[in-house]
Amino acid sequence: MAEYSALALLKNALTGNRDWKPAWRKPEPKPEYDVVVVGGGGHGLATAYYLAREHGITNVAVVEKGWLGSGNVGRNTTIVRSNYMLPANVRFYEHSMKLWENLSHELNYNVMFSQRGILNLAHTPSQADDFIRRGNAMLHDGADAVWLTPAEIAKKVPGLDVSAKARFPIVGGLLQPRAGTARHDAVAWGYARGADRLGVDILENCEVTGFLREGERVTGVATARGEIRAKKVAIAVAGSTGRVMKLAGIDRLPIESHVLQAFVSESLKPVIDTVVTFGAGHLYVSQSDKGGLVFGGDIDGYNSYAQRGNLPVVEEVMSEMASLFPGLAPVRLLRSWGGIMDMSMDGSPIITTGPLPGMFLNSGWCYGGFKATPASGWCFAWTIAKDAPHPLNAAFTLDRFHRGAVIDEKGQGATPRLH
Amino acid sequence: MLIPCPYCGPRDVSEFTYQGDANRPRPDPLSTDRQAWDGYVYDRLNTAGDHREYWQHSGGCRAHLVVVRSTLTHAIVSAGFARDEAAAKPKKTRRKAGAKP
Ligand SMILES: Cc1cc2nc3c(=O)[nH]c(=O)nc-3n(C[C@H](O)[C@H](O)[C@H](O)COP(=O)(O)OP(=O)(O)OC[C@H]3O[C@@H](n4cnc5c(N)ncnc54)[C@H](O)[C@@H]3O)c2cc1C
Ligand SMILES: [Zn+2]
Repeated sequence: MAEYSALALLKNALTGNRDWKPAWRKPEPKPEYDVVVVGGGGHGLATAYYLAREHGITNVAVVEKGWLGSGNVGRNTTIVRSNYMLPANVRFYEHSMKLWENLSHELNYNVMFSQRGILNLAHTPSQADDFIRRGNAMLHDGADAVWLTPAEIAKKVPGLDVSAKARFPIVGGLLQPRAGTARHDAVAWGYARGADRLGVDILENCEVTGFLREGERVTGVATARGEIRAKKVAIAVAGSTGRVMKLAGIDRLPIESHVLQAFVSESLKPVIDTVVTFGAGHLYVSQSDKGGLVFGGDIDGYNSYAQRGNLPVVEEVMSEMASLFPGLAPVRLLRSWGGIMDMSMDGSPIITTGPLPGMFLNSGWCYGGFKATPASGWCFAWTIAKDAPHPLNAAFTLDRFHRGAVIDEKGQGATPRLH
Repeated sequence: MLIPCPYCGPRDVSEFTYQGDANRPRPDPLSTDRQAWDGYVYDRLNTAGDHREYWQHSGGCRAHLVVVRSTLTHAIVSAGFARDEAAAKPKKTRRKAGAKP
């Protein structure tokens, strides 16, 4: 029987909830593992889960410097979509979408995946053409997309200013109906529990402070809880990639760390039942199941590890919110926070063997890595198990920059703050 | 965040445009050293701590600045004109008109 079921709920309710097992154990580190995954965020945990589940590699540890979910997986705006245009990206993110669609069932853990759709608003005829082209590319690669007229948008999102007097009038919008949101913490906890039950050791408060080396080869990690040897060391530390890779002697990478802020308002009755993005600036908004409006905008735009942002972006995001939804202008903001993202030079991720023997790297998620969590873990596990990428992540190597094979979805060139 | 422009004084960050990492040595324009160009375009130190970077006071005097700022705290350590640094650097030998590359 599944650990979490209606019957188990009822039984535990009657017995005072005393018999639930902890979602994951708190084991002591073993001296050696087949694979050590550095970083207990969504991607690291998903990687460990798929290593065990898809490849039978269960002698695995996930080492996390803080507590599970203390990184970006617990501080994002929870948007899941596959509305990309370049083939390598659509296929990868659509694979992720398919994994999302079955994730709660597979993990026996309710990740609250809600396919409420995402609507990208277009404000000029040329932007409309561009979005329709993107929609066609998505359809070609097996994703879903629908073009909506302003009248259809007004019906779908009441409260949105679709009038001609709006500062940036809305000429239409691209809807991906299967996109949506998921409960971010639950994704980390669900993968953690799944991995734990398959034998993976999850080691919290276990910061990696150095790498064990034999010549060029990486043979383990030095941690706050002692040295741990490993046949393979896999790194999935998101915004900390620069710092962690320096510990291995790699001091330059095609990555910059930047801060992204997000905001949540006081709780409201249901007002927005989809995800809306404002194409004339940069704003995305949805309403959480608790009623708060969750929204964010652009990164602050300069290198940062500060995990907090500055006020100009707050002002910009708020003014965009008020111009899109004039009726929501009086709503009060409850909290804001920042997370550090590993912005890559072309805006696309890196899931690769190397750069040193014995090492594997998962990075470059920019501000779209939450949606990638399942496919990222799935592809990274494959890459680690087989010492070679799966066709779905074969384009996301580290050497693509130097081969001239960049995947530049936005066409911005090698300027991370613009992706 | 306030950036102390050496010409205008301390001004709000929203008056400035970030122009990125100032630790990247730009190869000689005549160079065909592929690795050097690759490194210049794509590789970054991504410093956690004091970081040398270019900013333009685009909403003010329009000067280009070299700012040293902590990426951990946003604290500004120093700000000077980029032209002063450029002038202090030894001049590269320039190719004479008509000379063979
Ligand atoms: C404000 C904000 C909003 C976002 N919104 C979205 C969105 O709507 N949709 C979307 O798809 N993406 C979004 N993202 C991006 C997404 O959250 C990230 O790309 C993704 O979560 C990164 O992968 P992760 O979950 O593994 O990272 P993390 O959860 O950050 O995991 C990395 C882990 O590594 C650990 N670590 C670091 N250094 C060490 C060390 N030395 N030793 C051991 N462990 C270490 C960290 O503590 C951390 O737990 C957003 C990001 C932010 C900040
Ligand atoms: Zn000035």
